[in-house]
Amino acid sequence: MTDLSTSGAAAPRGPHSSSLLVQDANTRKRNAAESRFRLYGVIAIAIAILALFALLGSILYNGSSSFRQAFVVLDVYLDPAKLDKDGTRDLEKIAKVSTFGYAPLIAAAFETKFEDPEIGVEGLSAKNAAKLISKEGPAELRRYVLANPDMIGETVQFEFLASGRIDGYYKGRVTMETAKLDKNVSPEQLQLADQLKEAGVLAIKFNTGFLTRADASENRPEAAGLGVAILGSFYMMIVVLCLALPIGVAASIYLEEFAPKNWITDIIEVNISNLAAVPSIVFGILGLAIFINFAGLPQSAPIVGGLVLTLMTLPTIIIATRASLKAVPPSIRDAALGIGASKMQAVFHHVLPLAAPGILTGTIIGLAQALGETAPLLLIGMVAFVRDFPSAPPEGFFDPAAALPVQVYNWTQRSDPAFVERASGAIIVLMVFLLIMNAIAIVLRRRFERRW
Amino acid sequence: MSAGLVILIVLLIAFVGFFLGRTRAYKSAGGDIRKLHSRPNYYGLTVAIYAAVPALLFTILWLLLQPLYIESQVSKMIDAVDIPDGGSLDLVMTDVRRISDGLDVAVNAGTMTEDQIATMRADLSDLRARLGEVGIAVASDVQQNVLDAAREYRKLSTKLQIAMSVIVIGLSLAGAFISMMRIQPDYRARNTSEHAIKALLILSSFVAILTTLGIISSLLFETVHFFQLYRASDFFFNLTWNPQFRGGSDLGILPLLWGTLYVSFVALIFAVPIGLLAAIYLSEYASKNVRSFAKPAIEVLAGIPTIVYGLFALITVGPLLRDYFAQPLGMGNSSSSVLTAGIVLGVMLIPFVSSLSDDVINAVPQAMRDGSYGLGATKSETIKQVILPAALPGVVGAVLLAASRAIGETMIVVMGAGAAAKLSLNPFEAMTTITVKIVSQLTGDTEFASPETLVAFALGLSLFVVTLGLNILALYIVRKYREQYE
Repeated sequence: MTDLSTSGAAAPRGPHSSSLLVQDANTRKRNAAESRFRLYGVIAIAIAILALFALLGSILYNGSSSFRQAFVVLDVYLDPAKLDKDGTRDLEKIAKVSTFGYAPLIAAAFETKFEDPEIGVEGLSAKNAAKLISKEGPAELRRYVLANPDMIGETVQFEFLASGRIDGYYKGRVTMETAKLDKNVSPEQLQLADQLKEAGVLAIKFNTGFLTRADASENRPEAAGLGVAILGSFYMMIVVLCLALPIGVAASIYLEEFAPKNWITDIIEVNISNLAAVPSIVFGILGLAIFINFAGLPQSAPIVGGLVLTLMTLPTIIIATRASLKAVPPSIRDAALGIGASKMQAVFHHVLPLAAPGILTGTIIGLAQALGETAPLLLIGMVAFVRDFPSAPPEGFFDPAAALPVQVYNWTQRSDPAFVERASGAIIVLMVFLLIMNAIAIVLRRRFERRW
Repeated sequence: MSAGLVILIVLLIAFVGFFLGRTRAYKSAGGDIRKLHSRPNYYGLTVAIYAAVPALLFTILWLLLQPLYIESQVSKMIDAVDIPDGGSLDLVMTDVRRISDGLDVAVNAGTMTEDQIATMRADLSDLRARLGEVGIAVASDVQQNVLDAAREYRKLSTKLQIAMSVIVIGLSLAGAFISMMRIQPDYRARNTSEHAIKALLILSSFVAILTTLGIISSLLFETVHFFQLYRASDFFFNLTWNPQFRGGSDLGILPLLWGTLYVSFVALIFAVPIGLLAAIYLSEYASKNVRSFAKPAIEVLAGIPTIVYGLFALITVGPLLRDYFAQPLGMGNSSSSVLTAGIVLGVMLIPFVSSLSDDVINAVPQAMRDGSYGLGATKSETIKQVILPAALPGVVGAVLLAASRAIGETMIVVMGAGAAAKLSLNPFEAMTTITVKIVSQLTGDTEFASPETLVAFALGLSLFVVTLGLNILALYIVRKYREQYE
């Protein structure tokens, strides 16, 4: 213990400044240090927030255009001479005409368009003009004819996707200069596209196909969509919800309400907190080794993805559930026990319902985490190129599917820059889903949170 | 009968059993439930648990063991001669499985009959083409032995499938029946069902342990396998990473470890000061308005999936660094680089560091602050000379946790750091990390026979050990530190 008053010798060091109202050099220095430090804090916050806006801004800037798409409306004459030479309308015969056999029909449709004096570029044949249409176009035409063989011989109006380069032209990705160097598109084709746009044949519209179509191959980015990926992610979320919620809640109830304090309980607790920190890729290795190689489940299947994500989500759900069980005051349990309920009844009839909003919030946040997880899914084969929609559950859980974040990764690995736009667009879709889930969690918390 | 259908039937039996049990209990008391030991629902619940739980557990066990048994039986039929050069028993077994599946598909599609399959000979019928018709691709022409094995495989699977269905449904019915018989007014149904439920709760909490065991065993098992094919000392000390498809690869972990540590170091240099200062500012200086805006904004960063950061690195940060720094400085032409991945990883870690440091700073007792202010210290002096030294162990723990996060992060480095394994100091050069190589060695390949694939497991184990070690150390430090002030 020090007693300053008795020493009496605590003379102020340094010369006294004449006035209390004027700062001496030392105080000025200290105050300057103070405001400098404050500034560092502000800068740190500013960098963090700037990074957030740069991140979101760059994704929005690059991706928002993927929701718009150039479409070309053409009247196609379904020429019986090409599609059904015998005139028997025999489906098997019609099916023999491959996708390549349909390309001339589109060229012919351009031929008719060229009769309009406003439309047509010198040196551009109808066959080359047909390259304005996505390579998916003839395939769509073929599907239509096979579904409606009676329409052969009629002229039908179709809305085709414009090819990726034409689409890119209206999004600023392709210019006249780049077109000169590009073997996939020529300046003449771009001029024609402009003319068609003028004439209202080519229009930029909202692209629902981006959300509903399956993935498409390397050279037709315009036809690539997120349908399979969204469905695959949805299936995985169902698996995660059905497994992680019951197991997580059951484990938390045991640990929080019943578990004796002994070494087994300690091991479980240490395990859970460590699992929360295991790198996600390790879970992918686990899934590959155990679920696919050992248990023989199929690759790229939502069930395997769901199982892996379940194991990853469990710690999150367990931690949230335990927190909300802990928040229920002991008086509730005591009251239930006091009127003769068993411990199990007290927990299931009284504590659990009161903790439910918290558990639900934690579960949704866990699901949101799982939805964005990519690395483990790469290892269990979700990167595969999947064109077919998985069937309805439960069989669909075992069919190959894609997942939203993996689809993003997949698209970034392709060379056509149009896929970068698609990848950013897919991120926007993913973020919208996450936003909705988090908003629900926040609303639930606001609505049902109870303070005791 | 498929396993799904069996499970459905078992659940149905349990569902019906619940109502039957309830009614039976009600009747046994003569309609007066006061005479029952437990409420009628508990009697029903007991029946349902007896019907469902043993049967389902048995199903799971069976499904796990069945493939192992069949495999061991069938692989006996494959001679060493049938294994093609450069192939392995695993590859032949894959073919066996495929052919057997193909035969099933062909029978279902009606292109083959059971009799045809039984009399088929590999040298006479072109099985490969016929399986191709129904959409099953087989790698090579089918050997007689392989065909026999496939037939046997198919026969055994069908037989075991039927056996399983019969046993499981029988078990379920027996369980329901036994528990029904035991229903009497003084049967302590509540205690029985509560014990069963408690057992289920305990079982679920063991899932965490099982997961850890699964991780460790799968990593260890394949790593041992790897070290049988590749010298451990080469793996740990070789300075080159150069996998070849045709064997003779150099699989040294050091270049990958260097890349991992370099990227993590850049990330921490970026994230720790910003995260720490942001936490200090928010908890000590910021007004309520600023805090209510800035805190959620930083938390949003934590909720963004890593694939988004990866894309950000790939399309924005990478080209930016290349065009404005690397190329003018003449230090590289690659848009993926250590710096790209490091900065983006750093941004991802900011919320992590700041929320952990926030906890740590708030744990410093108010009395210490008050004491410092009382002596005339300014706010920043208090923070620098009192709070931070007091919180230092906690901050170190937070940094270690962040480092473990950075080392284990995958998507950002896959998309931002590049794929070339190099030992270089230039931050503008593309380098690669352990996680990147795990992804590239394992993606799309599941035949674990070559050291080039198996090395991923050794890498995974190294990663697991390092991150686990860092975490345990960090938690130990944080806990120790907390005890000081409690």
